[in-house]
Amino acid sequence: MCAKPLKKEPRQVETTGHQWDGIEEWNNPLPRWWVWVFVATVVWGIGYTVAYPAWPLLTEATPGLIGGNERLAVEAEIAAADQANAPIKAKLVAADLTAIGTDPELAQYATNAGAAIFRTNCATCHGSGAGGVEGKGYPSLLDDDWLWGGTMEDIHLTITHGIRNTTDPDARYSAMPQFGVDGTLDATQIAQVAEHVLALSGQEHDATLAAAGATIFMDTGCNGCHGDTGIGDRTLGAPNLTDAIWLYGGTREAIINTVTNAHFGVMPNWNTRLSEDEIRAVAFFVHSRGGGE
Amino acid sequence: MWDYFKLAGLGFVAVCAAIAANYAHDLAYQVNALEVMLAAGIAFLWVLRTAGDPKPDVQHEYFDSVIRAGAIATAFWGVVGFLVGVVIASQLAFPWLNFEFLQGFGNFGRLRPLHTSAVIFAFGGNALIMSSFYIVQRTSAARLFGGSLGWFVFWGWQLVIVLAASGYVLGATQAKEYAEPVWYVDILITVVWVAFLVTFMGTLLKRKEPHIYVANWFLLSMILTVAMLHLVNNLAIPVSIFGSEQVQLFSGVQDAMVQWWYGHNAVGFFLTAGFLGMMYYFVPKQIERPIYSYKLSIIHFWALIFLYIWAGPHHLHYTALPEWASTLGMVFSIMLWMPSWGGMINGLMTLSGAWDKLRTDPIVRMMVVSIGFYGMSTFEGPMMSIKAVNSLSHYTDWTIGHVHSGALGWNGMITFGVLYYLVPRLWNREGLYSLKLVSWHFWLATIGIVLYASSMWVTGIMEGLMWREVDANGFLVNAFADTVAAKFPMYVVRASGGALFLTGALIMCWNLWMTVRAQPAKASQNSMVPAE
Repeated sequence: MCAKPLKKEPRQVETTGHQWDGIEEWNNPLPRWWVWVFVATVVWGIGYTVAYPAWPLLTEATPGLIGGNERLAVEAEIAAADQANAPIKAKLVAADLTAIGTDPELAQYATNAGAAIFRTNCATCHGSGAGGVEGKGYPSLLDDDWLWGGTMEDIHLTITHGIRNTTDPDARYSAMPQFGVDGTLDATQIAQVAEHVLALSGQEHDATLAAAGATIFMDTGCNGCHGDTGIGDRTLGAPNLTDAIWLYGGTREAIINTVTNAHFGVMPNWNTRLSEDEIRAVAFFVHSRGGGE
Repeated sequence: MWDYFKLAGLGFVAVCAAIAANYAHDLAYQVNALEVMLAAGIAFLWVLRTAGDPKPDVQHEYFDSVIRAGAIATAFWGVVGFLVGVVIASQLAFPWLNFEFLQGFGNFGRLRPLHTSAVIFAFGGNALIMSSFYIVQRTSAARLFGGSLGWFVFWGWQLVIVLAASGYVLGATQAKEYAEPVWYVDILITVVWVAFLVTFMGTLLKRKEPHIYVANWFLLSMILTVAMLHLVNNLAIPVSIFGSEQVQLFSGVQDAMVQWWYGHNAVGFFLTAGFLGMMYYFVPKQIERPIYSYKLSIIHFWALIFLYIWAGPHHLHYTALPEWASTLGMVFSIMLWMPSWGGMINGLMTLSGAWDKLRTDPIVRMMVVSIGFYGMSTFEGPMMSIKAVNSLSHYTDWTIGHVHSGALGWNGMITFGVLYYLVPRLWNREGLYSLKLVSWHFWLATIGIVLYASSMWVTGIMEGLMWREVDANGFLVNAFADTVAAKFPMYVVRASGGALFLTGALIMCWNLWMTVRAQPAKASQNSMVPAE
């Protein structure tokens, strides 16, 4: 209902005269600064939409007086960068793989490019520091314990075609049998061969079981890939069993699990996703991490 | 007679839900169907047991029992939502907290929508429904329209929350941010929301005051716009009536545009217009001063609701969205700055002549800080919508910080103030149990928000700069994982800020509980009197 308007002492503003549950409203004018800032944003808004693509018409939007196109701008930027790098890329592709490191300019470029490519594509599995994930099947690229070889040519081939994938017929390939699953060995034999593997790597083991395991190691053909002394074979991607570096873990349980079920680690072929200069750059980057041969 | 209809209807729903549970294609659907069956069964028994009871004549009183339930639900869902927030913030800082046994229901991906929906729709939604029922009755001097329809709105909304939440953890989702509930929950939301509109509009229509108070403009605009947004964004075709899967009507960039038209205006109308409605009633009531400017309230109301609806495309800068739409979204966002600030000015200047209350009344302090955060985030929002700024801020934690300075600061703090205002009045108690505890709550919450927002600014800007850092040859310098590792300390700060905020809310619950339990009662004040 209509109450008698309240007077506000200093500025003599009145209320609107209405009341709701005791609430009244002053009839203060709009703050000047508020009005002007509001007007300014509206004027700016109109100006901006005149200057740049904004208002939709039937078939396309108004192009704007200044115009411009975000997508074309990005394309131009990328093209400029590509053009700037084109000579050195050509040089990289033409260079002998082992000679990249001898040319400081080329080495600098390959390190920068390789690092960026590695972070974007390889770090997911091998870690952003290239340290791999111990025991999970993602090898460290920092050491000299290479599965498929650590020369520039080896690394270049591994990155280009990948390992055990189904998308590149030239992929590196080998498969360890699932000795437990396919029944070649029973649980006792697997336990014995595991003791032998522990002995090979100089870990604490049961000598009696290990002796029996050594026989199995030879008779079942483990030595065919891993070698009589267990040092592995890089042409087959067979890991060295005598060191302390383990792709899938070096504990007794982990070794038993590996012998029983085997692992089938896959790496994609990168030749469909990376260009030759990128593969060379990232190969050089990996090679220079410390273990390159 | 009416009771027989209700019984028949509830029985029918329970039987249908039982059949649906039997034929369910997926676990989430089955659990949801069983929940509906249970809810209908309980309601059936309750109607049966109270059928024919004499109805007390309450036509001269405000309908406050549903508001009391709403106040309890607001506090309850608030604590649940904040708790899940602290959990997922900790999961981000310490990924091992995504325990193996939690995979598939309690990992970050499942809990994140639970957190956002719990705080926006369970905590915020209950706060809005409860306070709009309170405000519209008081400012219309009329009892809530529709008899017990208010109870349907309340319990229907709780059912929506339970269905949505249990569905999320079991994997039922539309995968649309803030619109995750699946098709049958969307239908229930629509029904409940229409009932909400009917009670609200009906009360306004039978008001005894000549004019409609400004708070009600905001609340009505919220109800109408949210209905429109909800309907359009959830247009989908169920794969089966016995499953929780659906296919969206829109696809590609059209779907993205509709989604962010919805998403942005869920913020604009649910969390801004609706909460401004709360502000326009409770701030002058608590301060006991008139609203600063009637003219400003009219102008900023119309400017706000006209401009907000166009600003959604700023969520899609530098995406497949056409450039012109992106430009318009940005321009409208900039023009929205002053209309948003109109509400802040009206709220803050209502204190003029009573600034001393900031010192003496912790509830006023809470409301004023809430308005302050409102002003800050409605400046930050337009700024972040500028394409150049957005190219740095987009997809970073800055966005998360921005959202939380608005949600914790504005929505949270104003709701706490409203609960402190309402509980003694709804339960007819002589004031709050302890103003000192309100002060504790105020400081814990404020420090919590500051920790949260500032850590997210730091980490967001750092992350944005790291993402765009390139070397002389144009190659990226940082891997994504490098930015994640660099954010760790700020994630810990953020989680601890959230924990402080949660602690404050728990103190509030204790204080409100003791207010109802231990404070002396006073005579009921809920009979309807038109103002003078």
